[in-house]
Amino acid sequence: MPEGDGNSTNAARTCDLRLPIRASEDIVRMRHAVREHAVALGFSLVDQTKLVTAASELARNTLIYGGGGEAELTALRIGERRGLRLEFVDRGPGIADVQQAMQDGFTTGTGLGLGLGGARRLANDFRIESTPGRGTRVMILRWR
Amino acid sequence: MDRIPILKMGEYLLVTIQVDMHDQLALALQEDLTERINRERAAGVLIDISSLDVVDSFIGRMIGNIAAMARVLDANTVVTGMRPAVAITLVELGLSLEGVHTALNVERGMALLRKKVAARNA
Repeated sequence: MPEGDGNSTNAARTCDLRLPIRASEDIVRMRHAVREHAVALGFSLVDQTKLVTAASELARNTLIYGGGGEAELTALRIGERRGLRLEFVDRGPGIADVQQAMQDGFTTGTGLGLGLGGARRLANDFRIESTPGRGTRVMILRWR
Repeated sequence: MDRIPILKMGEYLLVTIQVDMHDQLALALQEDLTERINRERAAGVLIDISSLDVVDSFIGRMIGNIAAMARVLDANTVVTGMRPAVAITLVELGLSLEGVHTALNVERGMALLRKKVAARNA
């Protein structure tokens, strides 16, 4: 699985905005926040849409499979480069087999199983860390 | 809870989704539409999504489910007004909405729906 380098950038590890993901209305609020940040950073309409869609998939995973958690938004400004890093953190049951969970069509729930694989395709960088019994952290990053 | 309104026009049902739907709202629309197709003996359903700036796999699945359920209930479904950025993203996400008829706008969507219903009744 390709490893993202989103955590190795010079940007500080603090985030700009932290949002709770506790109910499906929170996913809508998070989508709006990601859109606002992406617009402010000058992302194209297609890139905004890809990032918001990926975020929506991951936030739903946080809610349904992680039992709720948080979304962290961080604007990245490195020289002329502009990017947006999103992290989704939960303290749920974790994912037993991450490789399997990444495959399109695999789900332990009732969805289509496109969330993780789709989010990876829609982002430039993708990283997932999961510990069974401890929780899951998924990071995506998209450059403008 | 909020509901997305469903309008009846002759033998057609019209829905324009104008808010960013949370998941329960999308599920409620799916149930309401299925119930209305049955109750109104609707021949066709038009769903306009031109106001939606995001369609993720959940909403995409709902659209596919509505089309499938309508088909089982002997009704045709046309989805209109999908924004180009949404279409690009959906395909990359891995969702091709197979079996869902689409049209660029409501006017063309109604024409397509009429043609499909006429073919069915022929």
